[in-house]
Amino acid sequence: MRLKVNGRDHEVSPIREDTPLLWVLRDHLGLVGTKFGCGIAQCGACTVLLDGTPVYACQLPASALEGRDITTIEGLAGADGTLHPVQQAWIDHDVPQCGYCQAGQMLRAAALLAQNPSPSVDQVDAALAPSLCRCGTYNRIRSATLDAAAALASDATAGAAAVTGGDHA
Amino acid sequence: MRDSNRPLIGKLDRRSFLRLTGLAGGGLMLGVTAGCSENDPPPPAFTADGKPAFQPNAYIQISEDGIVIYAPSPEIGQGVKTSLPMIAAEELDAAWDDVTVVQAPIDPERFPRQVAGGSTSIPGLWMPMRQAGAVARDMLVSAAALRWEVDAGEVETRDSMAVHRPTGRTLSYRELASAAAQLPVPDPDDVPLQSPDQWTLIGKRIGGVDNRPLVTGAPLFGIDKQLPDMVHASFVKCPAAGGRVKSANLDVVKRQPGVIDAFVVEGTGVPTELLDGVAIIARDTWCAFKAREVLEVDWDESSAAADSWQAAQDRARELAGGNGPEEVVDKGNVEKALEAAATRVEGFYQYAFVSHAQLEPQNTTGWFHDGKLELWAPTQTPQSALELVARVLDLDPADVTIHQMRAGGGFGRRLMNDYVVEAAAIAMRVDGPVKLTWKREDDMAHDFYRAGGFHALRAGLDADGRVTAWDNHFISFTHDGEEPVRGGGHDGNIDPGPFVRNYRITQTLLPWQVPTGYWRAPGSNVIAFAHQGFLHELSTAAGRDHLAFMLELLGKSRWLDEGSQWALHTGRTAGVIRKAAEAAGWGRDLPEGHGLGLAFYFSHAGHVAEVAEVSVGPNRRVDVHRVTVAADVGPIVNLSGAENQVKGSVIDGLSAMLGQRVTFEAGRAQELNFHQYPLLRIPRAPEVDVHFIQSDYPPTGLGEPALPPLAPAVANAIFAATGERVRRMPLTAAGFS
Repeated sequence: MRLKVNGRDHEVSPIREDTPLLWVLRDHLGLVGTKFGCGIAQCGACTVLLDGTPVYACQLPASALEGRDITTIEGLAGADGTLHPVQQAWIDHDVPQCGYCQAGQMLRAAALLAQNPSPSVDQVDAALAPSLCRCGTYNRIRSATLDAAAALASDATAGAAAVTGGDHA
Repeated sequence: MRDSNRPLIGKLDRRSFLRLTGLAGGGLMLGVTAGCSENDPPPPAFTADGKPAFQPNAYIQISEDGIVIYAPSPEIGQGVKTSLPMIAAEELDAAWDDVTVVQAPIDPERFPRQVAGGSTSIPGLWMPMRQAGAVARDMLVSAAALRWEVDAGEVETRDSMAVHRPTGRTLSYRELASAAAQLPVPDPDDVPLQSPDQWTLIGKRIGGVDNRPLVTGAPLFGIDKQLPDMVHASFVKCPAAGGRVKSANLDVVKRQPGVIDAFVVEGTGVPTELLDGVAIIARDTWCAFKAREVLEVDWDESSAAADSWQAAQDRARELAGGNGPEEVVDKGNVEKALEAAATRVEGFYQYAFVSHAQLEPQNTTGWFHDGKLELWAPTQTPQSALELVARVLDLDPADVTIHQMRAGGGFGRRLMNDYVVEAAAIAMRVDGPVKLTWKREDDMAHDFYRAGGFHALRAGLDADGRVTAWDNHFISFTHDGEEPVRGGGHDGNIDPGPFVRNYRITQTLLPWQVPTGYWRAPGSNVIAFAHQGFLHELSTAAGRDHLAFMLELLGKSRWLDEGSQWALHTGRTAGVIRKAAEAAGWGRDLPEGHGLGLAFYFSHAGHVAEVAEVSVGPNRRVDVHRVTVAADVGPIVNLSGAENQVKGSVIDGLSAMLGQRVTFEAGRAQELNFHQYPLLRIPRAPEVDVHFIQSDYPPTGLGEPALPPLAPAVANAIFAATGERVRRMPLTAAGFS
């Protein structure tokens, strides 16, 4: 079986047919940035982008995803290592505490901004509601997301390219 | 200004300082005390690349490659991997951008305390980190003076370099490292420390040192550990703690896809050590998890927990009218004062058990090879873990290595190392490296829960509305019939004890087997709810403004135990209460249906007051609009990290208060995942407005003290908004949503 992750094709070693994408990423492809939190689509730690849309990797059998575009946190930055504006905003706002949920949070924020470049606070909240932060970094998640939106807007004004992140974008 | 040079706690004495010296890179262990007597140079040290390095103590290494500061304590999200090195960098006078922070190896010989717990990292390591930096700086200054052949008094430092003041010549620390390494290590007590007005780094906003790897998804956490040919383990224990394996259908399990092995692990029967269970070893985590579905275990539950939360609540209700058989504290004459009171008030407060629910499930990777056991563990107490593993598995501690991994949250759960021992026991029976990962359901079924509890409170007020009597029948739990369960005790000498002449706490302990433990601000996180909520009942009964009532209760400014950082100071208390009230606009006109609630608590040496603005809408939905916090924890080390801890504590406190509880029937936890145990989501997170009063008292940690005031502040605000008194947590158990 082959999976396209972060713009690269990966051959996946034999797995159980029902193996969720989460465990293929973590245990077979070594992409451990996608986290396991609950296994039942409640915490959002396993969030990845499937063709640009946030999904729970703990719920999707990998075998159904051949040919689809999967973006994990490892693929959010540009191929040259340039951080996505969301990642940069997360650093600028010093968002993480333990940091375990933040990959999922950032992918949801990036997906939101790709759809809606200037979201309201309520829209940020609605988009990020599926991702739990046990440490309570929500205030900074909000302000960092809004800041990333502003950064994207000024990039766009300046005619800068590629804002969706990842070399597959 | 207090004498900041006077080490109050945790200072390094000469001997331990020397004992701690000699951290080396590249796995090279140095005999750190050998040949190192008073005023000898430090033992030779090398970088990870084998280059000679200046290493005057365990925390600092300077070579031509740059400056490394070792972060000694576990990083669990509380920020100490950044804040502790900042303290050393300040005294070293290193430019922060020049510093590389490295997680220190776990080694009790070289590091006196590698613990993340009790908000003690900052108070415990404040002075050692300062002295470590100051000693290194002192030696670098001496090296520069020798090089320039000038008096050391003419040499100053800034931005990782020595400067000869009269001539303006400079030498970088890198250039001076090899010369400094030849100089005698001075007695730390003889080396002056900077005064707070000289600080250029402490108090600034510094981003977490792991932020870049965190935002790019680099492997950092325990659960991220990968080794060549690593296999994966799941471990199944009796759902009622303490049940033993009689038999299991291991043959069936072994035939499942991807399963490599399955075996019974015999435990010690002690929950903090190792409980019986079945280990399933598979080629990936999913195969191990799925194989559990066919596993059938015949448990011997004769010694397993049989506790019922419902029965405990019923029993507590029956007992509430009387006093407990044990007196925790008894001051004055409470009965007489109650009789004489102009007004008497009663309230029965209760709260449920809660789980730690750190987002990263328990895990540890183990590899037994060449007669030695290596473990990669996200633990709060790695030194204890090492000792425990060696003891339970009968290994020489010298043959056990713990690699400290970043922990995806701790909150007190990872003070216990049961999962580390499990992984170690499994690794001993697996050929090659193996990673144990708990399911979320394992985590919630086998926590060391914060104990539920009950407070039957009575108080008396005189005709002027002053508190004359306070009586608390505290009902908690016991494993052994004598001591309260872990984290379930009541420190009698607490707010408002010192301020009420007639004050009594009696205690009843109900039998209980399910393990309990320490949950962020243990004790305080629930006692604050009961006491600070009840205090508001008293000011309400007295018809008084709560702010004025609280300040009056404190009396004149004084330190309840002069010189003890762990004792409440009424002046600092009044300071944070006033600050929070002022910043929140206490007394202002509020939108229709809104109420403000004020509470204070002193815990973990931190004085914190909070004001919550709350409304209650349709379906009794509680909306917390804003929380204003004023905290006095002494000087702030990292303003960004400190603010993050306070905001997180408030949101965590609200999360727990709103809807979290674990109930038990037949000793089994009934809530096993987040659909049954809700964590607060971002739409309901209030904005948290943080104010620090940066006093000159010794600093304390901020992982915990901002949590306890939240629940009573919200409860008092609900009363202000609706007239309904909240005496039960979680709020959903009181009919709120």
